[in-house]
Amino acid sequence: MAFIPHTEADVAAMLAAIGARSIEDLFAEIPPSLRGSSLAGVPEALNEMEIGRLMSERATQDGTTLSFLGAGAYEHHIPAAVWAITTRGEFYSAYTPYQAEASQGTLQTIYEFQTMIARLTGMAVANASMYDGASATAEAALMAVRANRKSRSARILVPTTLHPHYRRVAVAMASNQGLKFEELPYCTVEGVTLPASLGKYQGEDITALVIQQPNFFGRLEDVDALTDWAHARGALVIAVVNPTSLALLKPPGEWGSRGVDIAVGEGQPLGVPLSSGGPYFGFMTARMEHVRQMPGRIVGRTLDAAGREGFTLTLQAREQHIRRAKATSNICTNQGLLVTAATIYLSLMGPQGLERAAAASHARSRELVAALTRTPGVRLAFSGPCFHEAVLLLDRPVAPVLKALAARGILGGLDLAPYYPELGPALLVCATETKTAADLERYRASLGEALQGARAA
Amino acid sequence: MPSREKVIFEYSQAGRGASDQWPHHPGSAALADLPAKLKRSKAPALPEVGELEAVRHFTRLSQLNFSIDTHFYPLGSCTMKYNPKACNQYAMLPQFLARHPLAPESHGQGFLGCMYELQEMLKEVTGMQGVALSPMAGAHGEFAGVAMIRAYHHARGDLKRNEIIVPEAAHGTNPATATMCGCVVREVPVNSSGDVDLAALKAAVGPNTAGIMLTNPSTLGVFERGIEEVARVVHEAGGLLYYDGANLNAILGKVRPGDMGFDCLHMNLHKTFSTPHGGGGPGAGAVGVAARLMPFLPIPIVAREGERYRWLAESDLPQSIGRLSAFMGNAGVLLRAYIYMRLLGRDGMRAVGEYATLNANYLLKRLEAAGFEAAYPERRASHEFIVTLKRQARELNVTAMDFAKRLLDLGFHAPTTYFPLIVPECLLIEPTETESKEVLDAFVAAMSQIQKEAQQEPERVRTAPHTMPVRRLDDVRAARHLDLTWTPTTQH
Repeated sequence: MAFIPHTEADVAAMLAAIGARSIEDLFAEIPPSLRGSSLAGVPEALNEMEIGRLMSERATQDGTTLSFLGAGAYEHHIPAAVWAITTRGEFYSAYTPYQAEASQGTLQTIYEFQTMIARLTGMAVANASMYDGASATAEAALMAVRANRKSRSARILVPTTLHPHYRRVAVAMASNQGLKFEELPYCTVEGVTLPASLGKYQGEDITALVIQQPNFFGRLEDVDALTDWAHARGALVIAVVNPTSLALLKPPGEWGSRGVDIAVGEGQPLGVPLSSGGPYFGFMTARMEHVRQMPGRIVGRTLDAAGREGFTLTLQAREQHIRRAKATSNICTNQGLLVTAATIYLSLMGPQGLERAAAASHARSRELVAALTRTPGVRLAFSGPCFHEAVLLLDRPVAPVLKALAARGILGGLDLAPYYPELGPALLVCATETKTAADLERYRASLGEALQGARAA
Repeated sequence: MPSREKVIFEYSQAGRGASDQWPHHPGSAALADLPAKLKRSKAPALPEVGELEAVRHFTRLSQLNFSIDTHFYPLGSCTMKYNPKACNQYAMLPQFLARHPLAPESHGQGFLGCMYELQEMLKEVTGMQGVALSPMAGAHGEFAGVAMIRAYHHARGDLKRNEIIVPEAAHGTNPATATMCGCVVREVPVNSSGDVDLAALKAAVGPNTAGIMLTNPSTLGVFERGIEEVARVVHEAGGLLYYDGANLNAILGKVRPGDMGFDCLHMNLHKTFSTPHGGGGPGAGAVGVAARLMPFLPIPIVAREGERYRWLAESDLPQSIGRLSAFMGNAGVLLRAYIYMRLLGRDGMRAVGEYATLNANYLLKRLEAAGFEAAYPERRASHEFIVTLKRQARELNVTAMDFAKRLLDLGFHAPTTYFPLIVPECLLIEPTETESKEVLDAFVAAMSQIQKEAQQEPERVRTAPHTMPVRRLDDVRAARHLDLTWTPTTQH
């Protein structure tokens, strides 16, 4: 039997030790009326060779494409060492480090990760991860309600320039606890949050303001002004940031005159493959004064009985296994293995490598935009600087154009019509360091042909 | 085990780096459009190390861990079974890894087909009518489940049902989840045989009951024999039943939650379906529901239309509790679970529950024969069981924690300690079906050795571990003197 090592003699000896006649006897406490699941809907077993063939066929069916999709998940080069080490059994097949003495490898890796993420964001503390960037944003909103003791409203201001899926996840995960998410409009000329839209909140009780940098359109928000505006009104600031961009952009710990209160983001760009959407990991950081309001695991360094340094899970009194109904969150299992990958990735990239990845991505996306906007019928949606993605406006609906490109093996970006219909035919495109000049040219030429085809039709 | 390893920042040398990994710099002119006030003034202080240094550092760190691949890991309630290598290899085929989550359905039929078949298989093994795959861990699935129960009551205009009943021995995630869903927790006791106290349950239910969260077999390692009566009482009161799938491994192929009367459940695919635990995740907490909760399932879900697969979104499920992940949950974990289920097939899946139960009952009987006390000696073990060391604690002043730490010295990961909270000095032991009789026998020998040491040289047990990279750690100090990030000045 697959993965079960028992011989017939083992089974006989074990049943004799138990004093049972058959394995079936061991289930005698289950009421007979409940028994009898046939599993008819589960197919017969495949052996390893057969499953290998099946999976290769499925993978081949999906094919390989030249992708200019971003929108929260980014294709970056992943050094070979990252997953070669991450998939070592000692990392891959261990669990949450409950027995600290037998888990120093995982614990130290998390401690190094917390340090790297804190340094990248300019914040004091980081936790050991959340599920993804979207759920981290939802948890940050819940945390802000706990941390902002002066505010009673549980009102969270959310710019519509925050990733639309993040906004939906925040509502799904946090509104049951009475949080109210109020959306702020953006400037359709500049693609950033409209400062004038804040005016109507003058004098009102706001618990927190969320700011995504770069925002969903790739545009850079005036983070200093927004941060100071919120702090002046007693609101906390939650930053949602792209970790690659932080090699170039001001870290949230330095936004405005005193920095943000909580910074979260999607960790996928740090060595995690796109993989149809997961597993990724969310990171979460905060000012030290809020550490006891953080959800999730946190690793600390301490001393052992011999006075030597070692690592352990700490501040566990926040967590569900201790505090139960009063815990800061119900999160238990997080995204540990992806944190291991990210820690190795950041070690290999270092400050210089990460800066190069960010700079090269920025440069490629500018070249892409320049190339595509030379095509008749294509123009840039917003004025002002972007980081590694941008919104283009077409002179006709986007969906058929993307379909024509996909038929040529090119994923041309994300059609924004379902998310921002007011923009008209808008397309979010992204290019990272993985794209070559030839790739950009192939997209440009194919887009021209696709538009011409659409025109002819 | 190897001794300790420096923190990576201590290897760092300015100007060193794994530069083969880096792209070419485009030149500063390419960054000229970024406004100065939005730029970073000082590079982040990440480590500067060569590739070999990084490889050695993280390889050495890995060697400081116990893991399934290296050690017996009988951590109760966590189902630490072998993670087949094929599941990892085939889930990491390059096309799967490269596929963008927003890639069109036309370029994901292979992946979507796997997800659809996974949904169908999970329905079959649980007896549920609908399945959604996106919750990213057990607790995330619990959240989806209770949110669906709440949405169901609200959709019927029954707005006052905000109480979630949990047994006192429940996983901490159950009450924490109820709170996250805006509900109030009511705990009910279990009786001396480990079953839910039905009289207390009857007294607890009423017009405010939203539902009950149950694990079956329970966290006490026994099958809840009154489950049909529990279901009747809760349903008659207008509440729904939530099944915490943490212990599904015990009954795979034997009895289905849907047949027990549960309306809603999550499955820990990282337990029952053997996806890796990864040092604390990623997991996957797929949810299943009976027909009346299907409109509320979280999106996205994969549907088949003729020979094509497509995502169901908000427009298909207007009453959905919504989106719980930015994209498709832990898709790569789901692929691993799919591969595992296909490798097992129908018969292999039935064998999982059988041999997990055989191993647990064998280990329990052997430990009892060696003088250890079962918490529920008159009951059959499910896939796990509880040993209580209250006698050793009282007579020898050697605790469950001491036994756990000494087990590490002897080459075994410790069982779960001090959970469930209602059994004093407990070890919750789950061997899983993938361990051989020889391993179980060796574990019994280790426990017997520790018992002997506890009698003859108890200090050796109380101060364990002795052979690990570190001795017992000062948790109080860790919480009082927070050292959560490395700086050169934090060196002691």
